[in-house]
Amino acid sequence: MTIRTIMLGACSALAFTAFAGAETLTIATVNNGDMIRMQKLTGDFTEKNPDIELEWVTLEENVLRERVTTDIATKGGQYDVMTIGNYEVPIWAKQGWLLELDSLGDDYDVDDLLPAIRGGLTVDGKLYAAPFYGESAMIMYRTDLFEASGLEMPDEPTWSFIGEAARKIKEDNPDVNGICLRGKAGWGENMAFVTALTNSFGGRWFDEEWKPQFDQPEWKEALTFYADLMKDAGPSGASSNGFNENLTLFQQGKCGMWIDATVAASFVSNPDDSTVAGDVGYALFPSKEGVDNHGNWLWSWNLAVPAGSQKAEAAQKFIAWATSKDYTELVAEKEGWANVPPGTRTSLYENEDYKEAAPFAEPTLAAMQAADITKPTVDPVPYTGGQFVAIPEFQGLGTTVGQIFSSVIAGQSSVDDALAQAQTVAEREMRRAGYN
Amino acid sequence: MARAVTTRRKTIATAAAWLIAFVIFFPILYTVITSFKTEPEAIAGISLVPSGTFENYVEVQTQRDYFRPFMNSVIMAVGSTILALIVAVPAAWSMAFSPTKRTKDILMWMLSTKMMPAVGVLVPLYLIFRDTGLLDTRLGLTIVLTLVNLPIVVWMLYTYFREIPGEILEAARMDGASLWNEIVYVLTPMAVPGIASTMLLNIILAWNESFWTIRLTAAQAAPLTAFIASFSSPQGLFWAKLSAASTLAIAPILIMGWFSQKQLVRGLTFGAVK
Repeated sequence: MTIRTIMLGACSALAFTAFAGAETLTIATVNNGDMIRMQKLTGDFTEKNPDIELEWVTLEENVLRERVTTDIATKGGQYDVMTIGNYEVPIWAKQGWLLELDSLGDDYDVDDLLPAIRGGLTVDGKLYAAPFYGESAMIMYRTDLFEASGLEMPDEPTWSFIGEAARKIKEDNPDVNGICLRGKAGWGENMAFVTALTNSFGGRWFDEEWKPQFDQPEWKEALTFYADLMKDAGPSGASSNGFNENLTLFQQGKCGMWIDATVAASFVSNPDDSTVAGDVGYALFPSKEGVDNHGNWLWSWNLAVPAGSQKAEAAQKFIAWATSKDYTELVAEKEGWANVPPGTRTSLYENEDYKEAAPFAEPTLAAMQAADITKPTVDPVPYTGGQFVAIPEFQGLGTTVGQIFSSVIAGQSSVDDALAQAQTVAEREMRRAGYN
Repeated sequence: MARAVTTRRKTIATAAAWLIAFVIFFPILYTVITSFKTEPEAIAGISLVPSGTFENYVEVQTQRDYFRPFMNSVIMAVGSTILALIVAVPAAWSMAFSPTKRTKDILMWMLSTKMMPAVGVLVPLYLIFRDTGLLDTRLGLTIVLTLVNLPIVVWMLYTYFREIPGEILEAARMDGASLWNEIVYVLTPMAVPGIASTMLLNIILAWNESFWTIRLTAAQAAPLTAFIASFSSPQGLFWAKLSAASTLAIAPILIMGWFSQKQLVRGLTFGAVK
């Protein structure tokens, strides 16, 4: 009886020790297809690391950004792994809010990360976040409508060709919009597109003295082109359309062209969701005649560890698993090559299986290779970032300017008025923030 | 003639009441209808006839655990209501039956805290929660929800208590009732409809509160508001799934409201007609 009691006690103690020893990582993330897939596949990680348990906090992108910013700025310590964009990484790393990722393991192969993406996550030679997936922007267009209208997409399309083609498609197919572009206000919505568009017109947000440049002719030319194009060949109510709305329109066959994030390619070419899956072509982000610039759009969702985390080692183990080549192979095995997270590793684009399963692989790689966030436009700038400006003030300023430009698309304001207003707002904000 | 006019008026008033009720209820009804549509159907445009698929509910259930946020919502809504009543009943009693010159000012001051935007105290409160270890705990959120709704609870109870004649309490006192007995055996039974409707309203308010419940929780204490928020996606419009998640989140409170509507209406109109 006594021995049995002792044995029972020992077993309970052992079980308790094992339970107490298990570390729980809280991971904050966004609700998109690749992230949900990762949550489903985490059994592979917990099997290999039985001492680590995972808890997920999934939130809408803007709420997530606000939540993790509050937590990291106050050192709340609610999260062990955070999903953040390449906009936040350099800003937060410079603030000392992120831990350097220095123990991802010997077989992680950090040199395999795409140089453009890796560069955006590195500060002073140290990697502060690991990319989960990356994207640039490109043209997605309907090959059937192009053929019917006698149009041919050039290898390096220009904006004037895009304008003509959009109007021609609209003319030939009255129930289809010639082109769908973002109009919904937000620094990550319409301003992502408008900033990349203006880069390709040779415009910039600030000169080297941080003086706002909305009063320069490049901005006027770019915004006029955008507003006219949307008026002539865009969808009605375009000022409320963001990525999601345009994706739905394109999938339902309502857009002749759509210029947006490369990650959309896998959605528009998936026959389960898209009615036009077999008729989609891809081309490089347009440039203006005489200006060698394709917008320099570059975005990645990344996993990072907040500074002061008590579980840094386990967190890095998880990050190494989720962003490794093995994870890519795991997704390919379970869900097919077309569903692996794109845009982070060179080796993926050398993989024949992937290239065969994903017709958008090469245009995606070409778009990403064409993007240089350190030189986003023609003239020199004091900031980095392609479709955004990597300064803390950009979230607020970008959204305010986005609202002003969205009202142009809604027909409530003229291009000249909007640019004058944007210039005033930007000058005030930059002065207030101490830039000039 | 007069009767005909009265009947017509009644018919018009009834029709208007139904119309207003339908307009108010329509968003909830449409959410429920959308939850039984496929994603393309949900996006296609307004239609009141769904194809009747249950796949969104299955998908929502497989994607996230419903039980934990549901339990969190129940614990926090009920807990914060009980806590608020414990504080508010004596407070409202003293203000209703022993008013001073400053009572009105105190009431107004309490209500004024509701006029401040919540985000204004987000960072200080976050820091207090961090230092006291209350972040992402049910206890912490129950306290916050109690404080957020306390002014309304005090105000409502104060209004109900004022309708009770003070003479009845005086009579009880003359019969030798202690303060405790006076509140428990005389005041409370008379104010039950008022207290019940205050409780119900507070549970509904706490159940629906989303600012603090999303911002002060992570994985452990996240209630159903965070459950809904997790279905909003930056890639693709998943309205049908979002509707299914919303339906699951509002169903318990809707059912509770349906069964207690008599008490709720009685309490809310208590003292309205003198």
